[in-house]
Amino acid sequence: MTARARPGLRLGARRALWAYAFLAVPAVFYVTLRLAPAVAALVISLHRWNIIARDKPFVGLANFREVWIDPLFWKAAGNTLRYAAVGIPIQLAGGLGLALLLQRITRYRGLFRALYFIPFVTPIVAASWVWQWMYSPQFGPLTRIFDALGLPTQAFLRSPRQALYAVTAMVVWEFIGFQIVIFLAGLEAIPRVYYEAAEVDGAGGWRLFRSITLPLLNPTLVFSAVYGTIIYLQLFTQVLNMTFGDPGGPLGSTETVVLYVYQQGFQHFRMGPAAAATVLLFGAILVITVAQMRVFSRQVEY
Amino acid sequence: MAARAGRSAWIYLALAAGGIAIVYPFLWMMATALKAPREIFELHFWPHQATLDNFRTVLLATQFPRWFGNSLGIALVTTASVAFFDSLVGYTLAKLRFPGREVVFGVILSTLMIPTEMLVIPWYTMSARFGWIDTYWGIMFPGLMSAFGVFLMRQFMAGVPDELLDAARIDGVSEFGLFTRIALPLVRPALAALCIFTFLGNWNAFLWPLIVIQTPGMRTLPVGIALFSGEAGSSWHLIMAASALAVLPVLAVFVLLQRQIIEGIVLTGLRN
Repeated sequence: MTARARPGLRLGARRALWAYAFLAVPAVFYVTLRLAPAVAALVISLHRWNIIARDKPFVGLANFREVWIDPLFWKAAGNTLRYAAVGIPIQLAGGLGLALLLQRITRYRGLFRALYFIPFVTPIVAASWVWQWMYSPQFGPLTRIFDALGLPTQAFLRSPRQALYAVTAMVVWEFIGFQIVIFLAGLEAIPRVYYEAAEVDGAGGWRLFRSITLPLLNPTLVFSAVYGTIIYLQLFTQVLNMTFGDPGGPLGSTETVVLYVYQQGFQHFRMGPAAAATVLLFGAILVITVAQMRVFSRQVEY
Repeated sequence: MAARAGRSAWIYLALAAGGIAIVYPFLWMMATALKAPREIFELHFWPHQATLDNFRTVLLATQFPRWFGNSLGIALVTTASVAFFDSLVGYTLAKLRFPGREVVFGVILSTLMIPTEMLVIPWYTMSARFGWIDTYWGIMFPGLMSAFGVFLMRQFMAGVPDELLDAARIDGVSEFGLFTRIALPLVRPALAALCIFTFLGNWNAFLWPLIVIQTPGMRTLPVGIALFSGEAGSSWHLIMAASALAVLPVLAVFVLLQRQIIEGIVLTGLRN
């Protein structure tokens, strides 16, 4: 009754109460299961954290120092960067190339788009094991192709020099369809009139691509690069499953930072160093993605 | 004209070659899964005597059906939870005015930056303390809401006209009713996309389930397949049968919902 008498203020206050009621459960969730654990990871990284021992002494930066002098961590960090440096450009260039081809055809476009997209929806663990079979050095399908072509047998996942690239190929296979779909949408958003105007001026295919397609596709490229970076810097499932018998691959050649965290924390139960490695990874992801957004976005400004 | 036709023939050829490379692993998966053990190390591609024995072995001698059920149940519950809470929070942040709105949004958005790996160690110590290790709740709790979903739904909820909500308010619809009956139906495409993403994400989840699950009966499908395959050694016919059993239902769903899934990706991907 009173609410109806003085609608302005009362209604506003009532609506705010509803808002707080709607947000109550989610607020508890985000604080206790996202923010607090993130802080806890930092806290754990500063303690000697044995899950069974009651005593968890503060050790300052000792865990970070331990990770810092561990050659396996640097191997993992180097590999992780290499996965990203090799995989992302291939994925972007391949995805853009295929999207441009798809854009030029009229029939079966939807069919091809769906075909390329299949790996993206395939369960990653199952796909990783299928790929491990593909690479099997004695009887695997790829070995047979190499044989048929008269090429020497390759060790693939068992070779310290090839294993990382073999895993990267699988990851590219998995994400190329996603990339194509994103690029196709980006290409369709470019107004046709730009091309028509340029063609009147006599610009050829390559010039159209350089001066119209690429600049106008910039937001899509930035999104793809940042998304790809986040995926590649956190590689784990594919690596663990493709080199399952020998986690981290021959001589640690497929080891990634997340796999290192898993091994330290949940196989050796060294939570402190594992937490320290996650803090370092968090920092690296933040710095790299922010830098990417800066650099890429600047290009479009002129 | 002839040159043009010739060029498009090359394009089709290139796309078809790429398409074969994409499906090639699946073809081998199926061919190997249908082979008897002695046949898998022979050179021919398709089995001379196709058999369903491998599928039978995986389904009967392992807990595969149970892992499948675990994954399905967990993915359905988390998807329902994410769909409800994320759209409710998105609606509240977009359409209701209250002190602290920006702060709440900022806090939720900031959690998007935190990588999962950083959280699994605290989640684990927490689960150990509360007895959540090796329980369904333990597997599920981290995924019950997602900041990405809030971000997405807030953007789409912002497009719901205020006049519509005010008119319904005058008609006596409750604040919660405004959300369920007016706002939600208007953002259905975004909600569908969010559900598909969330389901796929939880169906695929590996790192956290691998950590928190301890007994074979609690395994989700990805964890079950990984550990089963690890134990199966070089019994590739069984590993491929297990993989095929995990892949085929997903493929079937994809074929049915192909358009919605791909358009959902476009809808959500480009909004970022």
